[in-house]
Amino acid sequence: MAETMLKVDSLVKRFGGLVATDSLSLDVRAGEVHALIGPNGAGKTTLIAQLSGFLQPDSGRITFDGRDITLLPAAARVRLGLSRSFQITSVLRDFTALDNVALAEQARQGHSFRFWRSARADRSLRAPGRAALEEVGLAHRADDPAASLSHGEQRQLEVAMAMACDPRLLLLDEPMAGMGPEESARMVDLLRRLRGRRTMLLIEHDMDAVFALADRITVLVYGRAIATGTPAEIRANEAVRTAYLGEAESG
Amino acid sequence: MAGLLTPLTTWRGRITALLLVLLGLLPWYAPWLDAAGIISQKFALTLMTRVLILAIAAVSLNLILGYGGMVSFGHAVYIGLGGYTVGIMAHHGVQDGFLQFPLAIGLSALLALAIGALSLRTRGVYFIMLTLAFAQLLYYVGVGLEAYGGDDGLTINRRSDFAGLLPTRGLDKIVAFYIVSFVVLVLVLWLVHRLVNARFGMALRGTKSNETRMQALGFATFHYRLAAFVIAGAICGLAGALLANHTEFISPAMMHWTRSGDLIVMVVLGGMGSLFGPLYGAIAFLLLEEFLPSLLRLVLTWLHGGISAVLGGAAIGTLDAWLRLAEYWQIALGTIMILVVLYARGGIDSLFGRPRHG
Ligand SMILES: Nc1ncnc2c1ncn2[C@@H]1O[C@H](COP(=O)(O)OP(=O)(O)OP(=O)(O)O)[C@@H](O)[C@H]1O
Ligand SMILES: [Mg+2]
Repeated sequence: MAETMLKVDSLVKRFGGLVATDSLSLDVRAGEVHALIGPNGAGKTTLIAQLSGFLQPDSGRITFDGRDITLLPAAARVRLGLSRSFQITSVLRDFTALDNVALAEQARQGHSFRFWRSARADRSLRAPGRAALEEVGLAHRADDPAASLSHGEQRQLEVAMAMACDPRLLLLDEPMAGMGPEESARMVDLLRRLRGRRTMLLIEHDMDAVFALADRITVLVYGRAIATGTPAEIRANEAVRTAYLGEAESG
Repeated sequence: MAGLLTPLTTWRGRITALLLVLLGLLPWYAPWLDAAGIISQKFALTLMTRVLILAIAAVSLNLILGYGGMVSFGHAVYIGLGGYTVGIMAHHGVQDGFLQFPLAIGLSALLALAIGALSLRTRGVYFIMLTLAFAQLLYYVGVGLEAYGGDDGLTINRRSDFAGLLPTRGLDKIVAFYIVSFVVLVLVLWLVHRLVNARFGMALRGTKSNETRMQALGFATFHYRLAAFVIAGAICGLAGALLANHTEFISPAMMHWTRSGDLIVMVVLGGMGSLFGPLYGAIAFLLLEEFLPSLLRLVLTWLHGGISAVLGGAAIGTLDAWLRLAEYWQIALGTIMILVVLYARGGIDSLFGRPRHG
C-alpha cells in the first residue's frame, strides 16, 4: 500500500453553534485521486480551507509528509507542495490570463525579492505559463485580461493556476462547477491524464466524473466522514446510499 | 532607461516625453520667460523645484497606494523625518550631504519598517487610521523638540554640502538645486519603473488585486507589502531631505496630516498606479494652489466688467465684493478634484489615452 501523504486527525471547526468539521479524520495516499463528496453544506470547502491554511481548525491535527502543518500559514504550505483551487473563482482579474499562471510559476521558483529584471520579459516564467494555459485549453486567451474571460474560461484559469504551482498534492474544489459540457469534458480528460502523476483531493458533485476518476472516495455528511472506500465499496455502502446517493438521485 | 517611456508613437508617450523635456530644460528657457515678462526666473525655478520634490514624494506614495493598494494616510511623516535629519545635523555643524542624505534615507526606511510592521497587519479603515496616528505621533514629537524650535521650526543656515560641488549662493544655487531635484526625480521614476515591472512588482500588484489568491499561489504577501512600504518610506525621506534644503527650514508642519492628505490628492489626481501620474498630480495640484486665486480674480474682474456694462454697475455690487469670492479658491480646487475623480477615474494620466496593458 502506498504511503500516506496527507493525514487529518480528528479535525474540528465550529462556526458559532454549527459544527462544519466534526472530528474528521482522513488520509490521502501518495499517487491517488481521492474524491470528497457530500451534499451542499457538508463542510467540503471548509475542510479544504483548513488543509490549505486559510482557516484555523478549533482542534485536531493536519500532517503533510509526516510534518505537522496545522499552524503553518497558507503560503508556506504551498511551498511544501500543497496547492488548492477555489470553488468560487478567485483569479487576478486585472492581469492577463498568462500573467495569472506566470505568477504561479514565479512563486514556485522561490522568493520574489528581485527588483530589476522585467518579469513579463522573463522566458523562465512565460514559457511554463503558456504550457499551463495550453494544458487547460486557454492558450488562445493568453493575453486577454482575466476579467474579460467567460465564466467557464475563468474556471479553467482557476484550475490552471492551482496546477501551475506544481504541487505534490492538489486540492481541487469543484473544478467543473459552472463549466459548459465541453469544458467539463476537457477538464475530466485533463484530470484523467494527471491521474497517477499527481496526488489529488477532488471535490466534485458530478458523480460520473467522480466514479470515473477516483481511486478512493470519502463521503462527508454534516462535517463527518461517514464512509471511505473504493468507488465500488462506496456504491455498495448502505449508509451512503441512504444519506447521500439516494438523495442525489431523487434530487 | 529603456522602457521607462511609453513609445513615442502614442500620445501618452509624446506627452510625458514633452513634459520631461520642458521640466529638464526649464533653467535654460527660464531667463527668456523672465525677459518676456511672463514670470520671474527665480520664482519659476523655486516653485518648480518644490513641485519636483513633492512629485518625488508622491511617486513614492504611489508605489504603495497605486501599485500596492495601501492607503497610507501618514506618508508626510517621512518628509518630516528626512527634513529633520538634515536640519538637526546642520544645526550641529554636520553639513556633509554624503552623511546627511544616507542617514535621512536610512532613518526613514527604519521608521517605515516599524510603522509598516505594525499597521500592515490591519486592513481598510484601520490601516488608514493607524498610519495617520503614527504620523501624528511623530508630528507631536517634532512640536515637542524645543531644542530644534518646537512648533516654530528651525532655520537651516547652510545647505547640505556635496564636496563643494554645488554653488552656495545666488541664482547659481537655485539653478543647480533645480537640476539636482530633476535628476533625482528621473532616477526615482526609473527605479520605481524597474521595481513595479520586476518580480517584486508583480508580487506587489498581484497582492493588491487579490491577496487571498496570491497566498494560495505561495506568496508571503505580508513581506512584499512591508518591503514596498519601506522602499516608499526611504524615497519619501529623500524627498524630505531635499525639501529641507530647498526651503532652508524645517518645522513639524512638514509632517502634518494635511500634508499627507495633499500627497494622496496628488496621486489620485494624477492617476493611481501609473508611473507618471503622481508627477502630473503634483504639477496640477501645486500650480493650482499657487495660481488659482489670481486666476479666479482675473475671471471675476472680467465677468464683473462684462455684466456691469450690461446691467449697470449699481445692480451687481462692487468689484471688491466680487474679488473677495476668490478667497474661496479652495472650493474651486475641491470641485476640480471631485470632477477628476468622477469623470477621469484614472486621474489626469487617463486623459492621455489607454496605458499599455497591465
Ligand atoms: N465563514 C463561515 N461562517 C459561518 N458559517 C460558515 C462559514 N463557511 C461555511 N459555513 C457553513 O458551514 C457549512 C459548511 O459549508 P461548506 O462551504 O464547507 O460546505 P460545502 O460542503 O463546501 O458545500 P457546497 O457543496 O455547497 O460547496 C455550511 O452550513 C455553511 O453555511
Ligand atoms: Mg463548497
